[in-house]
Amino acid sequence: MSQQRPAEAGDIQALLASGFASLPEAAFLLLRIVEPQRARAWLARAPVTTMADLGRHQPTVLQLALSANGLRRLGLDAAALAAFAPEFVAGMAGDKARSRRLGDIGANAPTHWRWGAAGEPDILLLLYAESGKLATWQGELTEALQQSGLDVASVLATSDMGDKEPFGFTDGMSQPRIDWADTRVPGTPDDLDYGNLVATGEFLLGYPNEYGLYTDRPLLPGAGALPRATDQPGLADLGRNGTYLVLRELHQDVRGFWRFVADRAGPGGAEALAEAMVGRRLSGDPLVPPQDAPIRGIGPDPTDIARNRFTYAGDADGLHCPFGAHVRRANPRTGDLPGGRRGWLGRILGALGLPPADLRSDLVASTRFHRILRRGREFGAWVEPERAMRPDCPDPQSGLQFICLGASISRQFEFVQNAWLASAKFDGLSDESDPLTGNRMPLGAGAPTDRFSLPQANGATRRLHQLPAFVTVRGGGYFFLPGLRALRFLAG
Amino acid sequence: MTPQSTFMVAAAVRPDREQDLRALLEAMNLEPGQVDPANPMLPFARYDRLHVARFVILRDDTLGDLAAYDTALPDAPVWLVFLGDCDGAGDDMLAQFARTAEPGLRQIFAHCEAPPGDDMLAWMRRHAVSPAAQYVNWYGRTVCQIREEAALRGFLRDSLAEIGPLAVQPATSLRRHLAEAARRGGPPLSPPAATPPGWRLQRLLWLARTLLIGVLLSPLLLLSPLLLWLLRARERADPVIAPPPTPAHVATLSRLEDHDVSNPFSAFGSVKPGRFRLWTLLLVFRTLEFGTRFIYTRGRLARVGTIHFARWVFLDNRRRLLFASNYDGSLDSYMDDFINKAAFGLNLVFSNGVGWPRTRFLLFGGAEREQEFKHYLRRHQVPTQVWYKAYPGLTAAELATNTRIREGLERARMSESEARQWLALI
Repeated sequence: MSQQRPAEAGDIQALLASGFASLPEAAFLLLRIVEPQRARAWLARAPVTTMADLGRHQPTVLQLALSANGLRRLGLDAAALAAFAPEFVAGMAGDKARSRRLGDIGANAPTHWRWGAAGEPDILLLLYAESGKLATWQGELTEALQQSGLDVASVLATSDMGDKEPFGFTDGMSQPRIDWADTRVPGTPDDLDYGNLVATGEFLLGYPNEYGLYTDRPLLPGAGALPRATDQPGLADLGRNGTYLVLRELHQDVRGFWRFVADRAGPGGAEALAEAMVGRRLSGDPLVPPQDAPIRGIGPDPTDIARNRFTYAGDADGLHCPFGAHVRRANPRTGDLPGGRRGWLGRILGALGLPPADLRSDLVASTRFHRILRRGREFGAWVEPERAMRPDCPDPQSGLQFICLGASISRQFEFVQNAWLASAKFDGLSDESDPLTGNRMPLGAGAPTDRFSLPQANGATRRLHQLPAFVTVRGGGYFFLPGLRALRFLAG
Repeated sequence: MTPQSTFMVAAAVRPDREQDLRALLEAMNLEPGQVDPANPMLPFARYDRLHVARFVILRDDTLGDLAAYDTALPDAPVWLVFLGDCDGAGDDMLAQFARTAEPGLRQIFAHCEAPPGDDMLAWMRRHAVSPAAQYVNWYGRTVCQIREEAALRGFLRDSLAEIGPLAVQPATSLRRHLAEAARRGGPPLSPPAATPPGWRLQRLLWLARTLLIGVLLSPLLLLSPLLLWLLRARERADPVIAPPPTPAHVATLSRLEDHDVSNPFSAFGSVKPGRFRLWTLLLVFRTLEFGTRFIYTRGRLARVGTIHFARWVFLDNRRRLLFASNYDGSLDSYMDDFINKAAFGLNLVFSNGVGWPRTRFLLFGGAEREQEFKHYLRRHQVPTQVWYKAYPGLTAAELATNTRIREGLERARMSESEARQWLALI
């Protein structure tokens, strides 16, 4: 839970500040609006938990997001809808070009999805509860929804794997820290180095982002109960204190993963190979040694320092952590300029690309514009890695209901997914997509993407071939997680 | 060394033939955005000196923005542009096209005003347009070299896999091993061709001319407070026209994108009216051209390493400007690169275009205004009907790596640490 609290905490859904670790049970409900009139009445009273409630004991927590379809069904006018981000309006599976960019082709193509292929469901409800309290609550809620013109089209169940994800790795310990108190001005020389403290506007609409600007969102004339737009005080801000939520159902082939690493590295080397592919130890410790110099937005908690006070600047040849490792792709920990601070002349020359950079440096974009806040939950049965390797292990049917939040789907989730995870050319690599999540589909020209390279101390890179796909997308959608006043306005 | 050069033919499209022309160009594709490299009209793949090429219909939906300056270009045509980058002289490339693909080109250009007569080459030369500035990712690297070096890397990788990366120590021995294998059974590696006579002299003359211009213009420095004042007055007053592009426009564009690891980018717009902006542009292009000819010749344009070829071209008596590039990755990452790595460079050029996001002192603001900038770029982008790249699946970063691998292989000796670094490239 966050120590700082923004001024408008009561208007912000609690998910922005918490993954509700103390509520191990969760279910995500995909709703269809059958009768908009009654649905609006329910939405107007929906007991949504806000950041202001976070200090208090909460046996259950409800969070609520709407898709573009849902906003349309609720009667939001076309001009206001069109002022949301175009990718949100179009939807995750909205066009083939987007699917191509996200790697949702082949086995990942929306045609194979369990849900979301024909457009997002109208409403997404996120239910979190203490142990043993979910089932009853969910039952009551479902009944209430049905009586309110809302049809539960699907339930995405989750399971509690503690702090592990299905492959067995400790997950979720590296998150951007939101600068609620506006303690930093983005774009100063401080940002030439990597930092983990990120402008509020990257995760909430209606606040300045890492460019010091406001992300486009619907601004309406009048509209009484809504907050004012701070950049245009004459207008009401439908986006303020809201953000976008990306949901993807990712099936993980846990047996396939561990059998693959055991097969290629032998049982004795399986764990080390798996860790190289992930870029962290099973325990969550980084493969790169922590640095002495502090990093903004990391610490003072010693566990956070041990796990996150590092960048890859000191691992330029990828000997500690392979260039293509999952976490190195997902968060490359780059600053605005490789080499960091070097005086004003150095910065001017740096901006001019002088002296010319090495082959490999400066290939990856500055990380601060591409952060996501992850809030996913696992599903399926838990199996230990050793057991998953054995031929008699049954399929645990597990995976991740991946959720992330951000004020710009295209610059955050889509960029990370496209340019960093799915790209076979990330950071100068040539024929490998993300070792965990890649779809292994060859490029248009037939070039493979199913390799994984492990730089070795003696120079020659060890290269694994024919990685199978370990993760399959089975559903997904883009949603808007509104502020409370915006929610009541939409229900109005 | 074989220098790279550009060619470009621009002709006004007959208004009644534009739709037919679009259909005809589409017939050169297997799918929208995916050219058939062997298409009968212009079988690009047959030309082994050709790096990239495109046909674009420049229909400028933003022409009305000039109304903000109470002006208009009522006679501005819709242009058909055929452009590309090749090894050796661009004119030779055009001559080769005219010799070997005459019927197809005739069919295409028949849709233009004053279509070609008997002499196709003469017609293309009459319609040739030189860029105001151009960028080549790596001067001297030919298509042939790119293909050979890609094959070499593949061969070395296979050899390494056979030997086992740890079987031979130290790295210097492993490198000798690989060099030996490449000599015996590796792909051919052509030696660089002789630099064409006169090329270096031309470069020097260009440099001399540029220095002379610099000297002649230097008295203007005395006027710089006045010029800055004129600039700032314009920067404050110039209208910003950067509404979001329509979803239909974006869909038309993105349907053509991301079929390869690289994409073409074509954008078109009007230059701000008046001599001040035009002269600024001419000065900026000179400077840019100096940079691309003498400084940024080995893989990067300032900090940006994802552009294979780019050009800036005036059309309509320098009242409109075309920007055409070939870049790696998706458009979103291209735009982010622009903002975070090269905003000042974009501002220098494009702030002289109608509607650009507000700049300060020609360098600041502008492209840094993320959303306005992205809207502006998308809105001015025009679909590239046909686009060919001779080495699909390869990024500029890989081409640079492959060249380093070959250079390293051909070096007489290396220290142990150099050999390790070289091996890591493979």
